[in-house]
Amino acid sequence: MQLNELKAVDYLNMVKSREISVEEVVRDIFQQIDRIEHTLKAYLFINLEEALSEAKKMDRRIKDNDIPPLAGLPVAIKDNICIKGMETTCASRILKGFIPPYDATVTSRIKDAGAIIIGKTNLDEFSMGSTTKNSAFQVTLNPWDINRVPGGSSGGSAVTVASHETLIALGTDTGGSVRVPASFCGIVGIKPTYGRISRYGVISSSSSLDQVGILSKGVKDTAMLMNIISGYDPLDSTSSHISVPDFLLSCTGEGIKDLKFAVPKEFFKQELNIEVKERVADSLNKILKLGGEIEEISLPNLEYALSAYSIIAMAEASSNLAKFDGIQYGLRMEGSGDLEDMYLKTRSEGFGSEVKRRLILGTYFLSSGHYEDYYLKAKKIRNLIRKDFENIFQKYDLIIGPTTPIPPFEIEERIDNQLTMLLADTYTIPVNLAGLPALSINCGFTSKERLPVGLQIIGGPFQEEKMLRVAYNLEQELKEINTVEPNLLF
Amino acid sequence: MESNTVIGLEIHIQLLTDSKIFCNCSTDYIDREPNSHTCPVCLGLPGALPVLNKKVVELALKTALALNCHINRTNIFHRKHYFYPDLPKGYQISQHDQPLAVNGFLEIEMEEPLENKKIRINRIHMEEDAGKLIHLEKDGAAVCSLVDYNRSGIPLLEIVTEPDIQSPQEAIVFLQKLRNIVQYLGVCDGNLESGSMRCDANISIREENSGRLGTKTEIKNMNSFKAIKEALDYEVMRQRKLIEQGDKVSQETRRWDEESGETVFMRSKERAQDYRYFPEPDLLPLTIEQSWIDGIKKNIPELPAERKERFMVDYHLSGYDANRLVEVKPLGDYFEKAAKSYNNYKKLANWILGELLHYLGEENIGMEKSPVSPSALVGLLKLIDQDVISVKIAKNIFEQMFKTGQSAAVLVQNSGFTQISNEKEIDGIIRIVLRDNPETVQDFASGKEKAIHFLVGQVMRHTKGRAQPDMVLNLIKERITEI
Repeated sequence: MQLNELKAVDYLNMVKSREISVEEVVRDIFQQIDRIEHTLKAYLFINLEEALSEAKKMDRRIKDNDIPPLAGLPVAIKDNICIKGMETTCASRILKGFIPPYDATVTSRIKDAGAIIIGKTNLDEFSMGSTTKNSAFQVTLNPWDINRVPGGSSGGSAVTVASHETLIALGTDTGGSVRVPASFCGIVGIKPTYGRISRYGVISSSSSLDQVGILSKGVKDTAMLMNIISGYDPLDSTSSHISVPDFLLSCTGEGIKDLKFAVPKEFFKQELNIEVKERVADSLNKILKLGGEIEEISLPNLEYALSAYSIIAMAEASSNLAKFDGIQYGLRMEGSGDLEDMYLKTRSEGFGSEVKRRLILGTYFLSSGHYEDYYLKAKKIRNLIRKDFENIFQKYDLIIGPTTPIPPFEIEERIDNQLTMLLADTYTIPVNLAGLPALSINCGFTSKERLPVGLQIIGGPFQEEKMLRVAYNLEQELKEINTVEPNLLF
Repeated sequence: MESNTVIGLEIHIQLLTDSKIFCNCSTDYIDREPNSHTCPVCLGLPGALPVLNKKVVELALKTALALNCHINRTNIFHRKHYFYPDLPKGYQISQHDQPLAVNGFLEIEMEEPLENKKIRINRIHMEEDAGKLIHLEKDGAAVCSLVDYNRSGIPLLEIVTEPDIQSPQEAIVFLQKLRNIVQYLGVCDGNLESGSMRCDANISIREENSGRLGTKTEIKNMNSFKAIKEALDYEVMRQRKLIEQGDKVSQETRRWDEESGETVFMRSKERAQDYRYFPEPDLLPLTIEQSWIDGIKKNIPELPAERKERFMVDYHLSGYDANRLVEVKPLGDYFEKAAKSYNNYKKLANWILGELLHYLGEENIGMEKSPVSPSALVGLLKLIDQDVISVKIAKNIFEQMFKTGQSAAVLVQNSGFTQISNEKEIDGIIRIVLRDNPETVQDFASGKEKAIHFLVGQVMRHTKGRAQPDMVLNLIKERITEI
């Protein structure tokens, strides 16, 4: 076994007991990157030299018995999270050359804890997409089948984890951007409660929906990194003061006998792929076997979620992306010397077509005369959906179902209309609208193509511990499945 | 056709906080190196988020309460979108349909006709200031524009009046009173020249017969009270002329051009800009507790109107003097400091409003930096009261005090300006004057009372003003009757 195949918690144990050195692990990672990255194209930037020198420094610190919590843990970071001095592009031409002069709060928290940043990962431009095809720079491939998408928008981060090009990664989730690629790549992806993790330094796509998430090889890895990056940040007014528990305590053999699960019938409609349905059913049986109680429920307003989400996400994005005007940083097209002309040329050249489409729609949704018909109505629907969830969580501990209705689809698959493109996000979007935590864990594979299938566990606000406990117990139960690795011999 | 003037004002004041509205950067930005007072937040860098400075809300509440406003307990910040290089995020964080305060008023006193008048305040809201563009030129041609973001994120309060103002003069009185209040509150230094207080005006002419409001224009770029008065006068005249000619006033924004003394067309308002307001998702709604409001209410300092009343009662000053003293807070403070050790209040007020203001104005020095301290002025006044020097000499001494910063006692000592109180010395001079002016003496003797004043004046001239006029008068009378 190569050291880059280690899980993060195992790495930490072995480094701390000095069985292995940080440098060895980092070198194995770069070897793996060297071997497969030209095919998968998950990274936009690889931090080779700095990572190696950091690894050496960390080994010296460990030798001196100065061992920080993350002790040189190799982490990949989605390229919409600011790292001081490292180009951050959001996979957009408009930000090409932008080097943040500051660290995002999550970045500084993992740096302070001793993590080593391996590189910046690819995404759909400004997180707009669920395929990682909409990057201005490269298309990232799914390691389970390189003809298929890895999901998105944190597809780069998911692929680096699934293919052992890092030990763990950070992503962001606006409508499923962590959970969908986790599902498509067969790994664990968590989107915590809105406000659990600071958004400071995370380049906003849709401020009221965005949340930092973790992509990892195992539930314990997720819990371990949650401990480091969660908690109130005075620099983010929307971050929560709620205290942060030790999430690792949820990863024990405590069992799930006390938990009641709700399965929304809306997650099992005709769009659901039959094999996905079967794998999810297998998991539900496991839960029953473990002593959990399951009941079918209904979230009546779910059918409006996609429309409400589109309006809110696009409206907020049109505002958040207004700052990319060619004045201070990134791309500038000089034009005729006229200010308006410079704006037009810069933004026309800088943004990709999907981003432009959403910005135009978002601008329309906010414009006077339409605001009430679109944005305000969408907000009302959002409240109804939130209430639907609240009602369920009064009686049940968790909601459970598929992460996506379909397994990873082919890169060249023609997308008939813009809404079916959001199909992959159907089950994940309502969670962002309600600001809830959710986690995706691999629960098996389709029989013919051997493509991973994700199970989504949704919790009430700040109920990540319950989610992690169930995920950990299922992970133990599904050990056979979880040892299956993608065939990386391409 | 009769018509009358309708004016509404939009005033922006920069709040005197230590740090900016959404970040920790210092607000001490004037004359600093460009972009030295910036951070990711006020530069609007990707990923940065705003955090509301509580002090801004406190100062805003203070102002709103002093202007008799209703405070909205739930405040929402909105994003106001437009593209301009000095606006780093592509939107300004401002308030829209749930502003901090609404429905207030400010009472002003007009002299002609003498009346008290309420100007209603429509709304007051908090927002952030933008940066500043600097246009570089070479040989008169534009080379490039640079942006200085030091001002970006300075807290602003926007105060909007109802169209209750009926003349440019009323607008000036209102603005002076408002400036006075914000200075008293310590929320803004109220400097129109430096832009810490800015004013835009909406003007229209109402049709007297129908009472219908005319089409309004908005006037910008008025950087002093003088400019505001002139710009409004000009605009009223311009609109009147248009209406008299049977032309229409078009809805537009105009800029005051100081040099030409005209308002100049800037842009039409027919195609109103769509700011696409929507609630700022990066900030939580701000709930203002009643206890917070109560606490601030308790700590609102004495305002000019109350102070004026107090000055009239406690110091027996005329309404006019009291008003002038409280108009500028430091002036009133100066008076009160001096009044602690000097009780001829009328005389004190006269000296402050006369000599002191004259020299401060001449040298363009602020009251706070007056080279003559309140106690130094009292020292001078006491020398007059003790007949050590005459009023005329005192004025001379005051000028020297102002220039050198020395005390009156020292200056009087050194210059030999002490009053001649020695009768013998003066007597000698009187004899000479009487000898040299026999005709005048004759006039007086034959009943022309006024003639004696000429003689007193002659004596004062000989003594260079160092004689005490009353004493001189009595001595002359004595001598003449002796003759």
